[in-house]
Amino acid sequence: MLRFLVRRLALTIPVLVGVATLVFALIHLIPGDPAHAMLGETAAEEDVQALRERLGLDRPLLEQYGRFLGGAVRGDLGTSLRTNEPVATAVVDRLPATMELAAAAMVIAIGAALPLGIIAAVGRGTVVDHAATTLSLVGVSIPNFWLGPLLAIVFAVELGWLPVSGRGTWAHLVLPAISLGAALGAILARMTRASLLEELREPYVQAARARGASRARAVLRHAFRNSLIPVVTLVGLQFGAVLTGAVITETIFAWPGIGRLLIQSIGFRDYPLVQGCILFIAVTYVGMNLLTDLVYGVLDPRIRYE
Amino acid sequence: MSKVGGAIVLVAVLAAVVGPWLAPFDPADQELALRLAGPTGAHWFGLDELGRDIFTRVLVGARISLMVGLVVVSVSSTVGIALGSVAGYFGGRIDEGISRLIDILLAFPGLLLAIAVVAVLGPSLTNVVLALTLIGWVGYARLVRGQVLRARELEFVQAARALGASTPRILVRHIIPTTLPAVTVQATLGMGGAILAEAALSFLGLGVQPPTPSWGTMLNYGRGHLLDAPHLTIFPGLAIAALVLGFNFLGDGLRDAIDPAMRGRRT
Repeated sequence: MLRFLVRRLALTIPVLVGVATLVFALIHLIPGDPAHAMLGETAAEEDVQALRERLGLDRPLLEQYGRFLGGAVRGDLGTSLRTNEPVATAVVDRLPATMELAAAAMVIAIGAALPLGIIAAVGRGTVVDHAATTLSLVGVSIPNFWLGPLLAIVFAVELGWLPVSGRGTWAHLVLPAISLGAALGAILARMTRASLLEELREPYVQAARARGASRARAVLRHAFRNSLIPVVTLVGLQFGAVLTGAVITETIFAWPGIGRLLIQSIGFRDYPLVQGCILFIAVTYVGMNLLTDLVYGVLDPRIRYE
Repeated sequence: MSKVGGAIVLVAVLAAVVGPWLAPFDPADQELALRLAGPTGAHWFGLDELGRDIFTRVLVGARISLMVGLVVVSVSSTVGIALGSVAGYFGGRIDEGISRLIDILLAFPGLLLAIAVVAVLGPSLTNVVLALTLIGWVGYARLVRGQVLRARELEFVQAARALGASTPRILVRHIIPTTLPAVTVQATLGMGGAILAEAALSFLGLGVQPPTPSWGTMLNYGRGHLLDAPHLTIFPGLAIAALVLGFNFLGDGLRDAIDPAMRGRRT
């Protein structure tokens, strides 16, 4: 297990360096002079020069790159152009809101997907299966930037049951979490169905039935538990989709998380903050994928020896 | 379901091709006195915040969505096939280099890199296509690389090699065609993905800019009128969901038809 862990960690380091390099390169993709672009065309030349010096844009490229990587390792991502707040502080301050939303979305997705997937697999080929499969495909196809406003129209505007935006009570969390979790739930339901169908064909399930286990017990105690391995992996891998979806969901529901911070900082051309948000989300995603790999290695020992 | 998907896509293609001529109004025509009015016999989907006919704009918007989908999928799949087959066939350092690049790009979840690229290049249709292509090729390259790794050991490929066929000929005539069924499925599903991504970027204000009618941009403007004019949100969103669902149905159907395991189960 230790060798597996070390090998996976070793594979992650070049990816992280590559991610940081791409994020560093972003500021240099800005057409023309980045400092001019950040301050606007009408900015005074001395202000532009001051910003260049502040961001180190007047230094040789390699030196800029070295400082960026060094800063990223130490958790120093510069300061926001608009608020002068350290970028790392701004991002970390928004982290609990994003994590709360992501966790709630995943709980809703898993809670809906597992029963739906089981019902579809057990009743394979029946009307229930077709209905569940179609529902999950519809769920994948409905964009969260449409589902969110629709839910708000029905449950906040028409029925007045839930608040339309903001963060505070659990009621504020319901609509954003459903909006963010729907697509993930649909994907998980499809995977649960496919994985459970595979397991139901295995001899050990028939053996359990032959030993007198009821159909429900054979499905839930035997086949379902084994079918969860790919589902757990998919939950981990889909965490990235949840983080990206949070950018949109947080914007719709004015949820004060990292995604909303990213979109606001793009609007203000606060590029150090844009870089910080993107780097943070990408590194979190890489970390989550690594964790998923390790959990998969624990659940299925064959993976460790591949 | 693939027939339903095919029908939805066909309707969207027809809307994109002949819609602008069939549309009852000009997409830029404004009836300010009727701004935000709901659906009526004359204006089936109602009017937007500038008094423009939403039905007409949804019809014309199909053109933008399909065009983005087509360009992104064509360029991404071409680049992905080229790099994936080179990596899979030659192996070694070339494969190492391309695979590491794929790993790095895959480390950015979903739309994040596209958001980042459009954020620095500026919001426009061209930049959206560029950003989506930049991340789009990766999926095709990974898929094709895997397929080529398997195909290069097949007997007919070794026979071609023994007969003295050149490497480009072996790749283009013998190996790449074996990857096309899987690429076709991925491209069909990718159309839905690209349409959704364009709409998402436009919704965030990073994509197609007004007055060009794009479904995502229309949804973005609808956000400000959820309370007084929900039809601004309902109809463009319905168009996006229907078209993406159409491509997903079609892609799923194609995958079932192509996958020998699925075929085996049916017969």
